[in-house]
Amino acid sequence: MRRPALKSMSLIASALFILTACTPASPEDSSKTLKVVYQKTDSFTALETMFQAAKQEFEAANQGVTVELQPIQGNDDDYGTKLALALRSPSTAPDIFYEDTFKVRSDVDAGYLLKLDSHLEGWADWEKFDDGAKAAGRADDGGTYAVPLGTDTRAIWYNKKVFEAAGISLPWEPRNWQDILDTARKIKADNPSVIPFNMYAGKGTGEGTVMQGFYELLYGTGSTLYDEESKKWVVGSAGFKDSLGFLETLYDEGLAVTPAEALDANVWKKVFGEWFPTGKLGATVEGSYAPSFWQEGGSYEWPGYAQDMAVAAFPTQDGGSPGAVSMSGGWTLAIGAGTKEPDLAFKFLNSALNRDNSLKFTLESSQIAVRSDVAEDSGYQAANPFVKDVSGLVSVTRYRPATSDYPRISAAVQEATEAVITGAKSPEQAAADYDAAVVEIVGGDKTVRK
Amino acid sequence: MGERGLLRYLPVLPALLLLLVFLAGPVFWAFQASFTNTGLTGRNARNPEWVGLENYQRLLLDPVFPLSLGLTVLFVAGSAVLGQNLLGLALAVLMRRARRAVSSLVGTAVVAAWVLPEIVAAFAAYAYFSRDGTLNQLLGGLGMTQPDWLYSWPMAAVVLANVWRGTAFSMLVYRAALNDIPVEVAEAAQMDGAGGWQRLAFITLPMIRGSIATNLMLITLQTLAVFTLVWVMTAGGPANASTTLPVLAYQEAFKFGDIGYGTAVASVLLLIGAVFGVGYIRLLREGKR
Repeated sequence: MRRPALKSMSLIASALFILTACTPASPEDSSKTLKVVYQKTDSFTALETMFQAAKQEFEAANQGVTVELQPIQGNDDDYGTKLALALRSPSTAPDIFYEDTFKVRSDVDAGYLLKLDSHLEGWADWEKFDDGAKAAGRADDGGTYAVPLGTDTRAIWYNKKVFEAAGISLPWEPRNWQDILDTARKIKADNPSVIPFNMYAGKGTGEGTVMQGFYELLYGTGSTLYDEESKKWVVGSAGFKDSLGFLETLYDEGLAVTPAEALDANVWKKVFGEWFPTGKLGATVEGSYAPSFWQEGGSYEWPGYAQDMAVAAFPTQDGGSPGAVSMSGGWTLAIGAGTKEPDLAFKFLNSALNRDNSLKFTLESSQIAVRSDVAEDSGYQAANPFVKDVSGLVSVTRYRPATSDYPRISAAVQEATEAVITGAKSPEQAAADYDAAVVEIVGGDKTVRK
Repeated sequence: MGERGLLRYLPVLPALLLLLVFLAGPVFWAFQASFTNTGLTGRNARNPEWVGLENYQRLLLDPVFPLSLGLTVLFVAGSAVLGQNLLGLALAVLMRRARRAVSSLVGTAVVAAWVLPEIVAAFAAYAYFSRDGTLNQLLGGLGMTQPDWLYSWPMAAVVLANVWRGTAFSMLVYRAALNDIPVEVAEAAQMDGAGGWQRLAFITLPMIRGSIATNLMLITLQTLAVFTLVWVMTAGGPANASTTLPVLAYQEAFKFGDIGYGTAVASVLLLIGAVFGVGYIRLLREGKR
């Protein structure tokens, strides 16, 4: 009696095990589902609002189709990692997802994105998109793989009250790096408890370090990170060393935050939520989306920001042409290469990015519009007092060389800035280490001395 | 072995299958991936190539690797072998003598840290050690200097945090072991005139030797694998000053998208764990003899 019971029990157990192991692979039922993956954080809910609206419209117009929204909670880095992991396997890959422009090229190389050219031909709205922004979704083969949601620029945001208190005449328009240092020293001399001029640095702030900091310096020296003509990475440039030298001066003289604060991944929250509103920070380099944090409904509401804050373009090293530097990034929507419903997915993308949804998203997240009908809207132009200033920087803006090697190169740059601001290395040493790192990442034949 | 003999193993089959699928499978996959240039994105995500020992060669030349290895040893020795183990033993011994109210109060406080999910414990530790955190407010209240723990002393902070979080486990193991010691033995020693320390060194410790070895093995392996705590508190920084091997593996595999290289780091970690495991198991056997 005992043995057969044992035998049948173990048989049942193993059968159960095999059955449960099989369940995830069972075929889907006939109703169609579109899986949408995007980022959502406490301070960034504009996309959630947009997809909720699009889901309602789309499900009402297409009976039998379910749109499954899967927000990922996390910062940009964590979101990117989680998305890439989901994309690796066809069973977890989303149909539609929110994709950083700087990952488009490498994700196309990896075969994650669907080529959209044939779909875009039949979409009337496509011609309303800005040509520069369209380029962000284009891969090395000339095809378009992603549709831009919005773009951004970067500038110096400064607190007028802090500047006035230090006796600096407004509007402040720095002509070169020396102007920045002079002004910062003046503010510090006037009130040592104020952080005069902050620039992100180190690995803690990730891409923020390079996008809102190092590249504004580097691209103003006449040097560049990547030579687009020869398709090679630049090493041994004097501009790279000078840029690190500028950061060293800022941090050494205590004009920026302390190195310990700079390496905290949450330092930007203090910039927006604490230091600017309370007048503890003179200026920082930040994105055109800055007002989205302060305006009504933002995560750090500050009614006085329109009066207290002002924008200045980041100058070149010695005031040389074109006089100002800005960086642009932005996000797109893309469709998974393995989607079973490419047509439906594209239709959903269309309704998510129609004029009304785009306008709302652009306003809520303080983006720079990429659709001409959004840019012309009076609501957009009156959204905040800085729209004109930051939109004007599009004429001098730069994009990252987002090849598949870029994430490692960017990490190497961040490491160089961290070594310099913590005093671990001199700018010369850090630049030399960066050069060695680049050679190791891409190989010596893909670098050029400039 | 007859048919009956084979059938006897049938009940173990489900567990064995589970272990194979969920434990041996990933281990094998990681080991195999460490010989390729598999990437998270880019062309190597689609067509990974076999690169042989290249990742391991790179590891040997990488200046971060020896640093990370050293930090891992420091972390395990400091927080597990010394911190959790000794503190857990001390608590267990003292609680036997303390009044019931005191002992249950202390027990609850210690176990509370252990019951918290790792991510919650990590945030609590971050809030405690951060610049404007609880610790610095306490120090400030006493008029002492307030260093930036996570920046100036990152390893000390994560070691202390891990001691706080993990001591409960050792304490529980040792309490159970001490309860198994017959009262007569201790009483007999006392009659023979042995003092408190002598009884601990010559009676108690030898009698719970097996538990000590088991406990050391478990906490060493647990601590080797600690990731969330370090990642939340310092993310391996500043300038790699707290990059233990799990953090290094994560950074390489997911931040830089180099899964091949990341799994090579993970394989080394696995190897270290295996060496420790084998060492402790031998110790256990000798203890039984």
